Amino acid sequence: MTIGVEQATHRLSSKAVARFVADGYLRLDGIVPSEVNAVAAEEMRRSAPAGVASYAGAPLASVWEESQGLGAMLRLPQVSGALLSLLGADPVYDYHVVHIIEPGGGYSAADLSFIGHKWHSDAYCDLHPYERFQVNLFYIPHDVPREMGGTMILPGSHFRKVDEIARYQNIRGQAALVCPAGTVVLFHHGLWHCAQPNLTERPRYLLKVVLFPRGHQELLWDTSDLHDPDLGAILGQNHGWEGNELGIEWMHRVKLWRHLTANPDFDLSSVCTRYG
Amino acid sequence: MPVRRQKLLLLYAEDSGFNSAIIAWTQIDGTCNERHRSGDSEVSPYASVYDAICDGWRLIQMPEQLPRFPGAERETAYLPFEFVLEQLVEMEGT
Repeated sequence: MTIGVEQATHRLSSKAVARFVADGYLRLDGIVPSEVNAVAAEEMRRSAPAGVASYAGAPLASVWEESQGLGAMLRLPQVSGALLSLLGADPVYDYHVVHIIEPGGGYSAADLSFIGHKWHSDAYCDLHPYERFQVNLFYIPHDVPREMGGTMILPGSHFRKVDEIARYQNIRGQAALVCPAGTVVLFHHGLWHCAQPNLTERPRYLLKVVLFPRGHQELLWDTSDLHDPDLGAILGQNHGWEGNELGIEWMHRVKLWRHLTANPDFDLSSVCTRYG
Repeated sequence: MPVRRQKLLLLYAEDSGFNSAIIAWTQIDGTCNERHRSGDSEVSPYASVYDAICDGWRLIQMPEQLPRFPGAERETAYLPFEFVLEQLVEMEGT
């Protein structure tokens, strides 16, 4: 697949990719134009709970080709440039889900008690957090204030090997995706997250698209800042919940950064060099 | 006739210390007066396990101190320092 000039121009910087490695996600706030958001919301309404966009394994470029909403969103240079940076050219579509959380959603209609949603990691059986990691694209076509819910995420949790984590309720550093209309968020497949109840009078829309890389994920982004002195601080971010295991989390970030940059000598405070 | 109900408090500390900072928490109210869920608070009800014990919570389980499994020394998984506390509350039966 030929990489377009605009797509290449909108590739992520090294600092942005480093934030993805450390945090497990990257936000692109309000990048989708309002006219695309309006069409996309209507498309989501029509195809809820899940539409058939294509088949698992199809090239992403073939998905929603005629669409002026969801398809237009995926074709935006900022979105395709970010996906190029993390997944490479011609990423693979796996599946998508449309979530529509009605007013009061997250509550039991029977007794108005909270159901909420449980913390979880989508790809807990995936053993490839470094090479061939997948990206979950989240797209929100309207403003989401805190009382509307939004997805709650735990930055930095994407390397932890867990099957289910439903007994946790609140974790220091958790962050709800409060965002403006037209926000796209790219998740590493291991990121811990949970839905939040919608306490407003309006429905909340969320599209999730699961994407795989087709080839190697090495130096795919704009690497002109690859030697920026701030990269170490970004990769070493403490999110407030790692506690005694922060050094081990650093090791996983180093492993992923080494893979992405094809640099086996990279390290953070020598954690991998000293301790292996 | 009064009945007893259990309240559970799960506190996840940054290490195995009783005075250590809390990094995660879960509250289960067996009286059904409060329904807690994910994302409903930003601040732990207690700054440490010790503070919870001083406030009348009874510790029923503390994290085991086990060496990491061979071959998994550099893996991370569940929040490892889980303290389970309870209170037994008397209330009127129905």
